[in-house]
Amino acid sequence: MTTLDSSKEIQKNNSEVNETHEDFRMFGLITFLIADGMTFAGFFAAYLTYKAVNPLPDGAIYELELPIPTLNTILLLISSATFHKAGKALFKDKNSDSQKWLFITAFLGIIFLICQLFEYFHLPFGLTDNLFASTFYALTGFHGLHVTLGTLMILIIAWQSRINGGRLTSQNMFPLEAVELYWHFVDGIWVILFIILYLL
Amino acid sequence: MTISIDPQKTNNESLQPKGWLRYFSFSLDHKVIGIQYLVCGFLFYLIGGTLASAIRIELASPMSDFMPRDVYNQVLTLHGTIMIFLWIVPVVNGAFGNYLIPFYVGARDMAFPRLNAVAFWLIPPSGLMLVASYFVEGAAQAGWTAYPPLSITTPQSGQIIWILSVLLLGGSSIFGGINFIATIIKLRRPGLKLMQLPMYCWAMLGTSLLVVLSTPVLAGTLILLSFDIIANTGFFNPVLGGNVVVYQHLFWFYSHPAVYIMVLPAFGLVSEILPVHARKPLFGYTTMVFSIMGIVVLGLVVWAHHMFTSGTPPWMRLFFTIATAFIAVPTGIKFFNWVATLWGGKISINSAMLFSCGFIINFVFGGITGVALAQVPFDIHVHDTYFVVAHFHYIVYGGTVFIIFSSIYHWFPKVTGKMLNEKLGILHFIITFIGFNLCFAPQHWLGLNGMPRRVAEYDPQFQFVNQISSLGALLMAVSTIPFLINVFLSVRNGKGAGDNPWNALTPEWLTSSPPPVENWEGEAPLVEEPYGYGKEISEQK
Repeated sequence: MTTLDSSKEIQKNNSEVNETHEDFRMFGLITFLIADGMTFAGFFAAYLTYKAVNPLPDGAIYELELPIPTLNTILLLISSATFHKAGKALFKDKNSDSQKWLFITAFLGIIFLICQLFEYFHLPFGLTDNLFASTFYALTGFHGLHVTLGTLMILIIAWQSRINGGRLTSQNMFPLEAVELYWHFVDGIWVILFIILYLL
Repeated sequence: MTISIDPQKTNNESLQPKGWLRYFSFSLDHKVIGIQYLVCGFLFYLIGGTLASAIRIELASPMSDFMPRDVYNQVLTLHGTIMIFLWIVPVVNGAFGNYLIPFYVGARDMAFPRLNAVAFWLIPPSGLMLVASYFVEGAAQAGWTAYPPLSITTPQSGQIIWILSVLLLGGSSIFGGINFIATIIKLRRPGLKLMQLPMYCWAMLGTSLLVVLSTPVLAGTLILLSFDIIANTGFFNPVLGGNVVVYQHLFWFYSHPAVYIMVLPAFGLVSEILPVHARKPLFGYTTMVFSIMGIVVLGLVVWAHHMFTSGTPPWMRLFFTIATAFIAVPTGIKFFNWVATLWGGKISINSAMLFSCGFIINFVFGGITGVALAQVPFDIHVHDTYFVVAHFHYIVYGGTVFIIFSSIYHWFPKVTGKMLNEKLGILHFIITFIGFNLCFAPQHWLGLNGMPRRVAEYDPQFQFVNQISSLGALLMAVSTIPFLINVFLSVRNGKGAGDNPWNALTPEWLTSSPPPVENWEGEAPLVEEPYGYGKEISEQK
């Protein structure tokens, strides 16, 4: 991957080799997210098939409490909006604002994970109790892994958008845009997951 | 935003080792990575081939006397996994794709060179891990399909190593696919239209779409399977309320497209080789493009034809039979286009051409048995017999591996600047072609008569035909000797090839052999008609 150091160096290189191409890192990321989405699609398909054809043993508990996941849905949706705010702030060269919004987003992500763990500890079933329980933990766990990675990446770019010596500027928005797209993707997956797993 | 390209800088040329050593480095040059894929894949082909020979030695007699039954199962599993995930998929996609695609789109490297190197360097460790699992506590025994409950009940450590290894190889494949899509769509030289691209680009675009859409599903499935093995969950374990058929659906959602991932690039490569050696334009360019895309779309909706005996409901059988039969249409179009390309051409009989013609002959055989297998009544009769083995090897060995050899003969002068010895090449072809057909044609008969696959022992009445098949396998093993001698001799002191020994028109031949680091000394040439052979001749007259 071609890395950009600063806009000055780009211009210097341009005059030297006189060859440019558009930045298609975002294109690559979108392709990757489609692939990642297919993993979730496979999990969803498996879950729905199980629901349709595999009866659970008598007495199996498969009802879920709604308050915590609903709160989690709201948290993630708000975090999408705060991330968008961070991008807008960076675009206007307001690095400290951007950093503030990024920290809020990461904080929301962490709260999401804490709520998720809280839910895990208070559920009446464990991983191996029955097919529904296994699928539930596999799906939410795989999504939680995505949220964890996303939160770490947000913290990294928040550090990089610091005013003195940070790599993120309004000229170099790509890292922020990439993580933002990833974060929206994870949020979208959660909404689908919430509908399929909790509401259906 | 635009990014400047300066391969010298991104490659850190001064820090890269020179000569042979660069093939062992984390090089970002797409040509080096292509050769890394090819040589690494070929080494695994030799391992997988040794395992295949062991299988055929065992099957020369009806009793399991050459090796114990569980070792036979391990050898069978390793053979399938190595040949598919470490030889055919990396070579036909990674090796030729990395070497040729940047030339064809008029670029100096792939879209993401660093990702490209990562994708390659995932392969040797996961391959070694897979092979080494045999020496730990026994390799996986559940076949390359790893069907539960068998994969759950066989010894765990080998199966887990198998899953890890396949997951890493799948990741490598996805990274490669993303790179190819970005390169073909985004990195085309200005002025080069999509419909002017050489056919291999289209084949790789289609293949990469399949890789990106289907490989992640396999990854998810294998993660669930590993939970079943390690954490005692019951996704695919009927004892715990799970469902084995769900595994089969998810597995074949990847593994049927995987057949096209293995064979579509070969379609592209043969479409490059035939016009050059027949001195004629590729027949039916547009229909070829639409056939490839048709195969991609249909290839995603035919997976359950592997599962006609898995209690599949009638509507599903009907749907998947019809969808599978439809694939014969685009494939048939391609087949007739290749024959029409040869028709009336000025054909030079050389090793590359012979292997391509061998491909056409073998592939039509495998295609016909494929259409037959799509029909439910017939499929139920021959399911899990040697008929399926024969069909599969006609497609993957008779089809793809023949094209890999054909491509090596075709592009060797470009890569090394030296010609391969034609006499040894033709000898290689003759032994391979006879050996291959001797090995696999009788297996159709065995399957129709009910010999089950994947079993170390069989009914003594099948012994004679099995011995013919084993003799063919011996010939196939022998056939690698002239090839290896040829490559070693030619690399050392082969005849100089010049830049364009075949007088080909595709862009990779318009630069020096071997090509410079940045592919072209000056600007990349704009090749609007990669197959304009007739024109070239009339202009010369």
